[in-house]
Amino acid sequence: MLSHKTIISTLLSVLLLLPVFAQAGDLMPVVPKAKAKANPDTLCIRDVKDMRKNHMKYILHKRDKTLREGVRTKQDSLAECISCHISKNDKGEYASFGDSKHFCSSCHNFAAVNIDCFDCHNDKPTAASKTGSTIK
Amino acid sequence: MTQPVNNKETTTDIYRRQFLGKTAAAAGLALAPGMILTEVAHARSADQPASDKNRWGLLINTNKCGTGCTACVSACQTENGWGEINKSEPHSKASQKAVWIRKVKLKDKLTGHVQSLPLMCQHCEHPPCVDVCPTGASMKRKDGIVLVDKHICIGCRYCMMACPYKARSFIHEALENQKVHAPRGKGTVESCTMCVHRVDTDGTPACVEACNAEGHQAMYFGDLKDSNSAISVELRNNGGQQLRQDLALNTGVRYQGL
Ligand code: SF4
Ligand code: SF4
Repeated sequence: MLSHKTIISTLLSVLLLLPVFAQAGDLMPVVPKAKAKANPDTLCIRDVKDMRKNHMKYILHKRDKTLREGVRTKQDSLAECISCHISKNDKGEYASFGDSKHFCSSCHNFAAVNIDCFDCHNDKPTAASKTGSTIK
Repeated sequence: MTQPVNNKETTTDIYRRQFLGKTAAAAGLALAPGMILTEVAHARSADQPASDKNRWGLLINTNKCGTGCTACVSACQTENGWGEINKSEPHSKASQKAVWIRKVKLKDKLTGHVQSLPLMCQHCEHPPCVDVCPTGASMKRKDGIVLVDKHICIGCRYCMMACPYKARSFIHEALENQKVHAPRGKGTVESCTMCVHRVDTDGTPACVEACNAEGHQAMYFGDLKDSNSAISVELRNNGGQQLRQDLALNTGVRYQGL
């Protein structure tokens, strides 16, 4: 027969753990899907794990290459990333940076990591771009 | 989104292409089939960096420039998303907002002769803005185009003070709806990029295109280091002055008829 002590401690731990289970859905960011699956034809791009860990290094390297040297390949171009990783919000509009439905925000909001890319860069695709992709 | 003011090919552009075509064909005869002589072509592939084999420049004929015409200014605004078309600086006065290119009126007090010309970053070979920049954000590409690397610009505005042509602007407020190819934002300085995104894809700056479309043909764009380019030929035949030549900055933008 179980002792009173065991019963109480079991009950306690269950009670304590309940909120944790209830929040399990919030423990991972909900990241919107890209428009194209990663494959060599769409040039997109690298291994997911690699990108999660190193995307900032790749785009940092590319920004200097593009601005200072004029290298405008699609690989690691911010405009290309955004054009593929674009998603709509609940209103059916393209989500702006800051909105948790925006690809970058979905994780950056969760991780509380501030970025200032979109102070200057367009956070949504526009048909105006000659160098970036045109998204309809 | 609207297209840039027009898409007509400029004479410079056509000239360059014809020139390209002819030389490429001539070179093709001498080469084994399948070989490409990359030195010949102006167009470089996207993965090749800008090179010091080129120096991009503009030539402006003030006699052809229309008084009251602002086609180049509007085209620049449309292309790069500043001015009237970007309304997201509500607290700034018109005089505080960015100006990449403006029309300047010159009047000779003795004769009363009035001239009109567009003024923008002169893409100096020895740019004072680059000299004074404490961060390395003001920089000159190998092909002579002077840019601000907004990634590292701290907005100190030293470059604005140093520029003899008042070519640079500071952005005071958060912006929205920037062009994808022309990122710009609060706390950084900016100026004419000579439409570097177009130059990199063998295009012509929006202002030159617009001027030609208006029928003024007052602007040439091209490679100052290529003695056969339309701009070099025109400079050789008819000359072209630098503004404030006394400063010895060797500007990439030249003027005729001053
Ligand atoms: S015109 Fe002014 S901004 Fe342009 S390169 Fe010369 S000093 Fe720098
Ligand atoms: S405002 Fe920016 S580009 Fe100009 S001098 Fe300061 S850091 Fe350099």
